[in-house]
Amino acid sequence: MTAPLAPADAPSRVEELQARIRGMQATRLDSKTVPTHPAFEQVLPGGSLREGTVVSVEGSTTLLMALLAGPSASGRWVAVAGMPEFGVEAASRFGIDLERLALVPDPGRQWLAVVAALADVIPVVAVRPVGRVSPAEASRLTARLRQRGTVLLVAGQWPGSDASLGVETSDWHGLELGHGHLSDRDVVVSAGGRGEFGRRGRSRLRLPGRSLEFGVAPDAAPPSGESTPLGEPVRLDEYVRRAV
Amino acid sequence: MAVDLVHVDPTRTIVLWCPDWPVFAACRESGLDPDASVALTEGGQIYACSAAARRDGVVRGLKLREAQYRSPGLALLDYDASLDVRVFEPVVRRVEETVPGVQLIRPGTLAMRARGPARYYGGEDAAARALLDTVAALDVVGARVGIADGPFAAEQAARAASGSPVGIVEPGASAAFIAPLPVRLVVDARIGTLLNRLGVRTLGEFAALPEADVRRRFGAAGAFAHDRAAGREHTRVLARTPPPEFEVAQEFEPPLDRIDQLAFVFRVKADEFIDRMRTRRLVCTGIRVEIDDEAGGHSSRSWLHPRWFTPADVVDRVRWQLQGAGTADSALTSPIVRLRVVPERIDSTGNHEEGLWGGGPDERVHHGLTRVQSMLGHDAVVTAAIGGGRMLADRQVLVPWGDRAPERAGAGPGAGAPWPGSLPALAPASVFRERLPIGLFDGGGAVVEIDARGVISAKPERFALAGAAPAPVRAWAGPWPVVERWWDAEHARRVHRFQIVDDDGCAWLLVRDDAGWWAEARYD
Repeated sequence: MTAPLAPADAPSRVEELQARIRGMQATRLDSKTVPTHPAFEQVLPGGSLREGTVVSVEGSTTLLMALLAGPSASGRWVAVAGMPEFGVEAASRFGIDLERLALVPDPGRQWLAVVAALADVIPVVAVRPVGRVSPAEASRLTARLRQRGTVLLVAGQWPGSDASLGVETSDWHGLELGHGHLSDRDVVVSAGGRGEFGRRGRSRLRLPGRSLEFGVAPDAAPPSGESTPLGEPVRLDEYVRRAV
Repeated sequence: MAVDLVHVDPTRTIVLWCPDWPVFAACRESGLDPDASVALTEGGQIYACSAAARRDGVVRGLKLREAQYRSPGLALLDYDASLDVRVFEPVVRRVEETVPGVQLIRPGTLAMRARGPARYYGGEDAAARALLDTVAALDVVGARVGIADGPFAAEQAARAASGSPVGIVEPGASAAFIAPLPVRLVVDARIGTLLNRLGVRTLGEFAALPEADVRRRFGAAGAFAHDRAAGREHTRVLARTPPPEFEVAQEFEPPLDRIDQLAFVFRVKADEFIDRMRTRRLVCTGIRVEIDDEAGGHSSRSWLHPRWFTPADVVDRVRWQLQGAGTADSALTSPIVRLRVVPERIDSTGNHEEGLWGGGPDERVHHGLTRVQSMLGHDAVVTAAIGGGRMLADRQVLVPWGDRAPERAGAGPGAGAPWPGSLPALAPASVFRERLPIGLFDGGGAVVEIDARGVISAKPERFALAGAAPAPVRAWAGPWPVVERWWDAEHARRVHRFQIVDDDGCAWLLVRDDAGWWAEARYD
């Protein structure tokens, strides 16, 4: 299922600790954090989503929903553009508040203008780009995002994204040969970034768990040589209660 | 007509009556011929019907099925009370131009004092003819006029007038005129039944009862009815104050065939429309846009606004209605000759005052989403709710931004109800709008079949998206039958569902129907 991973060596350990320190200090004026689901603490470079950044999410709508769920639970509006197949029922069960969800299923050729218009007012916008986006257009939009403090989640490739998440392996449980039904799955999410976010790491996550929660997979040892003890999966509502 | 024009009784009344007004209004709106057999339904019963339907034996209160049995060619429309008023309003306005001081008794029936018009037109009959000419100019057919002492007697005179469209009862003769009419015309059903049992069947017999006794037995309502029956009606016509007119219309000569042109021209009218309301301290939260094109087409649609309309919003609605699914610079199929905007919901500005510190973040969101709507069209920005149903597409309810929000608490119609046969709690993250064609094969490469008893022909072992090479199936379960509306041949659905996990670890929800295998959704 998962590829055997190299044991952690000292330099990478130092680098990772530095990344975590940066994550804790991430409330500088230029990069405020956006409430993110705690399951992503070990996954996202810096520990959480940050205002004005672009995160590309490939290969999993559930992963995208998990990223949207944190901001939505904290009372922010979220918007999804260019994804006509976005499952509303799943979104609602994964903790996205439908009252604060705007969908633009078919932005067509004007998708970039639509994303820019949405980014002006909605703090977290997810989009699936139609066709290729040129670096110039991307950097114009990024400047706007930084100005507005909007997080852009891209379902696909994005030139110069601040972080990129992808699902490497996915392992469903509950379904057997001829009986059972899908109940939960473990995925290995690979995360990478640029600049200060450093190297690519892997984490095992539950997307979703048995009671539709997201969390860090507790069973196997963390593949990226993580040595800190991992907590129990936290349900989103509990997380919000704790935060409040 | 030798009426003493100076000493006319002040209760002398003219009533203008348009027979079967609800049917006429509905026919005019939907473009049907009112001479055909048409009926309006409300709550599964006939509410009103045209003369042709009445000849076939259709009456008010008849059950739908019985009415269709009696008149097989019956065209059925839904009764809409607001439509009656809406279509009658131009008639009232036109009559007010001819005869001032008009009272609207109900849509289709108007009352006015006789003295002024009779004096102006030189006689009651001439006044009645002038009224009928006015109404006929609006293509209202079959209108009748009755003149008598008091609105009740005048209306009965209009209804009784057969042969001639004008029925005039001489002053002082009203009591004798209404005496043979049934007593139910003035009393409610309960008292009517009681009076019938007492042997009182006509208004004349009712009027013959001593007034004091009627009052003692039936109270004030009975005494009022008794006065009416005796022709002693004291009610006078209470002329309405014409309501302020807000609607705007614009004719285009020559007709315009480009949306951007039209939106530009209409901008001025839209400003005027909103300004006129603003001067009366009103805001508009719902409008109706009516568009007539050169080919005789007519489109009418209501638009709601989550806040209130600004001139730009009105122009946007006009544009969206015109462009339908096209884009803003596309040409129209037929040039537009007339555009009309009518306010449907008006409210006081006091109820829509902005807070001292602005309307908060949701107002910004609204403006942003409205901007996207003006780029892409009204339906392009949607909010979602969860509805009831077994198939995933039924369970998502998408409502364009600004339209009436789905019911609160995440529950559309029937969402909370148990839906036996729906999927377990884990919902797929991707629900395809159009199902994808796929193939599910057994070990030998043959397509897996499901027989009438719901048994699969072989275990599914290979799975392929359309055009891709088959790959092994890691796990599977099914078939889970979904049988819906088997009693309705048109909407019946009989499908089998499967969950599978493919070789990449991706899970799919598959559907097998008569046409083959499809992917309904993906757990990704």
